[in-house]
Amino acid sequence: MNILVCISQVPDTTTKISVGPDGTTINSTGVKYILNPYDEFAIETGLRMKGQHGGTVTTITIGPETAKEVLRTALAMGSDTAVLVKDPSRSDSFVVASSIAEYAQESKPDLIVFGRQSIDFDSFQIPPMVAEMLGWPDIATVSSLNIDGTDVTAESDVEGGKLQMSASLPCVISAQKGLYDPRYPKLPDIMKAKSKPIEERALSTVSPRTAITAMSLPESKRLNTIVGDSDADINEIVRLLHEQAKVI
Amino acid sequence: MSILVVLEPSGDGLKRTSYEAITAAVSCAAGAPVQGIIFDATESQVSSASIYGLSSCMIVHGPEWNQLQSSFIASAVAEAATSIDVTTVIFAANAYGKSIAPRVAVRLSAGLITDCVELQNNAGTLAAVRPVYSGKARVSVHSVTAKTVVTLRPNVFTAKQTVATSLSTSAFTPSIASDVRTASVTGHIINEGTLDVSEADIIVSGGRGLKGPEHFHLVENLAKSLGAAVGASRAVVDAGWRPHREQVGQTGKTVSPTMYVACGISGAVQHLAGMSTSKIIVAVNKDKDAPIFTVADYGIVGDVFEVLPKLATAISTVTGK
Ligand SMILES: Cc1cc2nc3c(=O)[nH]c(=O)nc-3n(C[C@H](O)[C@H](O)[C@H](O)COP(=O)(O)OP(=O)(O)OC[C@H]3O[C@@H](n4cnc5c(N)ncnc54)[C@H](O)[C@@H]3O)c2cc1C
Ligand SMILES: Nc1ncnc2c1ncn2[C@@H]1O[C@H](COP(=O)(O)O)[C@@H](O)[C@H]1O
Repeated sequence: MNILVCISQVPDTTTKISVGPDGTTINSTGVKYILNPYDEFAIETGLRMKGQHGGTVTTITIGPETAKEVLRTALAMGSDTAVLVKDPSRSDSFVVASSIAEYAQESKPDLIVFGRQSIDFDSFQIPPMVAEMLGWPDIATVSSLNIDGTDVTAESDVEGGKLQMSASLPCVISAQKGLYDPRYPKLPDIMKAKSKPIEERALSTVSPRTAITAMSLPESKRLNTIVGDSDADINEIVRLLHEQAKVI
Repeated sequence: MSILVVLEPSGDGLKRTSYEAITAAVSCAAGAPVQGIIFDATESQVSSASIYGLSSCMIVHGPEWNQLQSSFIASAVAEAATSIDVTTVIFAANAYGKSIAPRVAVRLSAGLITDCVELQNNAGTLAAVRPVYSGKARVSVHSVTAKTVVTLRPNVFTAKQTVATSLSTSAFTPSIASDVRTASVTGHIINEGTLDVSEADIIVSGGRGLKGPEHFHLVENLAKSLGAAVGASRAVVDAGWRPHREQVGQTGKTVSPTMYVACGISGAVQHLAGMSTSKIIVAVNKDKDAPIFTVADYGIVGDVFEVLPKLATAISTVTGK
């Protein structure tokens, strides 16, 4: 089974965000970039499926030259090959999804594994978009997975529970936390990954379909009424919740 | 602006998120009729939407359509949107909307904007605001193509009743091409007996400040006094004190309840990412410098072991629960 794993590089969540000079993107100086946490689950899932069914794991990312770092992590974890689709400007989801779909049309994987969401834009867009472009089924937010021949069965987390889903290969899944715990690459593998080749490709030539016109930092409109823990304080908070906020 | 809203049935009517989406659509439509589409619903369920301003609704009949077969539903929604020539399709940003909206956007060659917290009609163009980078920034986004598909963060847009419209319904029979491949639902595991955080109006969450799973009854009792769902921070989920489905935050659920009560939670940015759009935030923490207080509307600096029982009692007196 040939598996394509899609990963992205995102700012570390603890990074302080400020708006850059163009007013529409973040100031990237001083920002630490990491592998999108959900994509660690995606890589692990790809490797497990290869372990069970044989075949190869290819990892792809669409991003600037510096995104090679996350590909090196994937190689160190055990991915066979890595592909960088060069995108210095971090395009919109449609361009990213098109670039992945075009690569998949050429390389014809049986399974494409994504993370549940990228934690930069939290957009939940790419996996179903790629599936639709390829005419494939997809199962989102997968917390348990079994593949038998071409039959895929999985549990998908939804509000209030899980759906048991079935589909057939080729298919797209997105990995939820809990599917498989990501392995830590060993030092020799990290060293070896540094010299492995990374294939480079050009971005899809499709035009973006959305545009960002402004980025701003949210202003806090919170009341910030902070009190102590005396009985009077507690009663006062309950009174305010009842009479001022009217939530109880 | 011509808008199609994708609705979901629930009980005798529709899901609350559907009423929210209709309200948002009505305010953007600038007087144009707002149309809906719904799968496997009855006319009486749909008629509940007339007081929110829905003008007409297509109903796709048949129990097979109540399943989340995203490829089929997306194909049907795109066909309906094309048949009535709308520019905008609106979904709720729940599991249903998240799975279907991207597919509809591909089919309609539309720009896709997910998890919106504000919508505006800028001289005929839909403009949306959405949080990014775990809520640490917001962007204004619009589609550069003729059509736009958006999903709305649940509980942010308040459903508002208007003058009842005369809502007309019609049956819609989609023609699904035989080569469409979909994943299908074979079963549904429901979390029994618990109110899910993603659907709750009030959430009381506990963190590491509770010191152990055996103390979570303090959180549960407070939740009970409010009719609330119980949530948790990742620290306590990772420690195995609470199930993952209760986790709020970046790697858990994004919630936006009317009131969020954080007990013994420090307010790490990844936790805030999941709850910062809550309407009212209450925090109980013994550390007055805990970051959770910077986002709190009401804060009590104190020990959860002493404060939570007192708070539950005082609230019960008001709510009678
Ligand atoms: C990639 C990534 C994703 C993450 N995703 C999430 C996520 O989805 N959700 C999430 O919650 N976290 C997430 N985290 C973890 C997050 O960074 C914090 O570690 C976590 O939220 C801390 O949980 P906590 O507030 O319960 O514990 P702590 O940070 O240990 O805070 C405990 C708080 O309790 C207070 N306290 C202690 N004793 C008492 C007492 N007796 N009475 C009152 N107060 C008391 C303390 O003052 C402290 O503020 C993520 C982290 C990473 C790196
Ligand atoms: N730039 C990218 N390159 C490759 N894969 C990506 C990229 N952005 C997102 N993805 C994949 O799509 C998933 C969902 O991302 P999103 O739809 O942006 O929330 C991520 O977990 C990744 O698996």
